[in-house]
Amino acid sequence: MTVTTPHATRSRAASRPPAIAGVRRRKPPGQRRSTPLTIAMLAALAYFLIPLLWLVVASTKSNEDLFNTFGLWFSHAPQLLGNVRATFAADNGVFVRWMLNTVLYAVVSSVGAAFLAACAGYGFAKYRFRGHKAWFNLVVGTIMVPTTALAIPTYLLFAQVGLVDTPWAVILPSLINPFGLYLMRIYAEDAVPDSLLEAARIDGAGELRIFATIALRLLTPGLVTVLLFTLVTTWNNYFLPLIMLNNPRLYPVTVGLSSWAAQAQDGGGGASSGMFSLVVTGSLLSIIPLVLAFLFLQRYWQAGLATGAVKQ
Amino acid sequence: MSATTAAGPEAPARARRRPRPGGSRPGAAGPVFVAPFLILFLLLFLTPLGYAAYLSLFQHRLIGGTSFVGLHNYLTALSDPQLRHGVLRVALFFCIQVPVMLILALLFALALDSGLMRLARVVRLGVFLPYAVPSVVATLMWGYLYGPSFGPIAQIAKHFHAAAPNFLDSDWMLASLSNIVTWEFTGYNMIILYAALQTIPRDLYEAAAVDGAGAWRIARAIKLPALKPALTLTLLFSVIGSFQLFNEPYLLQQLAPNVIDSAYTANLYAYTLSFTGQQVNYAAAVSFLLGLLIVVISYVFLFLASRRRVAR
Repeated sequence: MTVTTPHATRSRAASRPPAIAGVRRRKPPGQRRSTPLTIAMLAALAYFLIPLLWLVVASTKSNEDLFNTFGLWFSHAPQLLGNVRATFAADNGVFVRWMLNTVLYAVVSSVGAAFLAACAGYGFAKYRFRGHKAWFNLVVGTIMVPTTALAIPTYLLFAQVGLVDTPWAVILPSLINPFGLYLMRIYAEDAVPDSLLEAARIDGAGELRIFATIALRLLTPGLVTVLLFTLVTTWNNYFLPLIMLNNPRLYPVTVGLSSWAAQAQDGGGGASSGMFSLVVTGSLLSIIPLVLAFLFLQRYWQAGLATGAVKQ
Repeated sequence: MSATTAAGPEAPARARRRPRPGGSRPGAAGPVFVAPFLILFLLLFLTPLGYAAYLSLFQHRLIGGTSFVGLHNYLTALSDPQLRHGVLRVALFFCIQVPVMLILALLFALALDSGLMRLARVVRLGVFLPYAVPSVVATLMWGYLYGPSFGPIAQIAKHFHAAAPNFLDSDWMLASLSNIVTWEFTGYNMIILYAALQTIPRDLYEAAAVDGAGAWRIARAIKLPALKPALTLTLLFSVIGSFQLFNEPYLLQQLAPNVIDSAYTANLYAYTLSFTGQQVNYAAAVSFLLGLLIVVISYVFLFLASRRRVAR
């Protein structure tokens, strides 16, 4: 940091536990645990995990075994690697292309959306200007506007300006996240102390420099939360790319998989077509990155949702 | 808890807040921060809405071309039996699926928060995991699980010489769809509620316990009232999700084309109108009405929630 700030303020800001970074678990010591409750919850957990177990098991099977062996247990001839290889090789490696498209759309959209929301949230939280309240209310008022109701008009508009069937058609609409802006404003109000901004101003730092060197760093936990949410939304998005894209080389993996599933179904649905094992293996491969992201970044999910839920 | 510790050290900073000296310089920077977001918001949010509103006032005929018809498309839509059926179906879906899902999520959240469970972390992650699965993959997966050809439910029923219900026929379809959506989103709602529960100060429970309140009493008298904002939020997200239901019925249509017609849900109908029916103007009116309906229902729920809070 090149901006000099009063030491006390800075260390206070730095040592402040980020409000968003994880709700601590509290276990009252010595409290007794309930075994019936635990068993009931584990039974309910089975409902959520068995379909995923089925997906893992099914990915190890040949197309014939899918039809001829019990779905929730492995067959005698597991061939996960063979299935993965077949999935990657099918249609001249289009599956890899779909995965890369999804990564591109999701990463560009979420980084862009998080950064735009952080800038604007900070602007609304820390400055007052003409139209301040009206603009903010206008944006927040559109949180309830459903994205799919907006998607068809956006398609019609993009068709007029020739953006349909390009990556931009999927990326641009995902950049605007009104709920993200709302979260970032709330977060910025608490996370960036006014005294720190004033101290930096007295030291002669410009507003943009203050944002880039001080505020952005304090906003990072909130920014990561918005980023992760937009990432999941774009990664899982189906409706928007479905209507915007015609070229299979541009499909994200969701649209690609559903087109394979339609082929598998149209092919008579028999064991001979070989398409079903591609759909199943492709499905498994497509969820691995997000599942890993969930497991490793879970504190951000929970904390981000807490901010939205508590400070309504 | 972390929210309260975070507010602590920061309180003096807020107390020292005062009118900014000069004011003009920092104030002038505000619009710079909010401009990128607002410009894209205008282009990608308000313009499509405006364009849809414009389109919805016209009609295109093969003979005679495009002509201005005023509110004619809206009047047609209001008396369109297909649209009415689609809206009523998603309304029924909302009335059945959402309570089930939110009660499940609430029970999970209360159980996790009670501290009475072993393996709470495993359960929390496991229930949340389906949220990482794209709805396309979830629907394909459940579609195969339901299916008579290699679904494990049918396999088990066959083993015991019983007949599994046909989950994809017209009697079961709405329940099957509800199950998929419940599977996908219970964990997400659970995390919102759980995160809100974690912010309740623990001293309240201790005080209640000293007064002789049991776990159920504490849940009813302290936790549920404190959960109201979070429950309202989950309800709003559910209104938006239910009324624009598309992915799940659209994909199950491949498996059960005779059960799910092109107007099965309101959103599916709008999609069909614009992409296979080429009735762009009418589709714009339908999208617009659907969006309006969702906004109105959301605000009714918000109004009811806030009024009851005031009445207390």
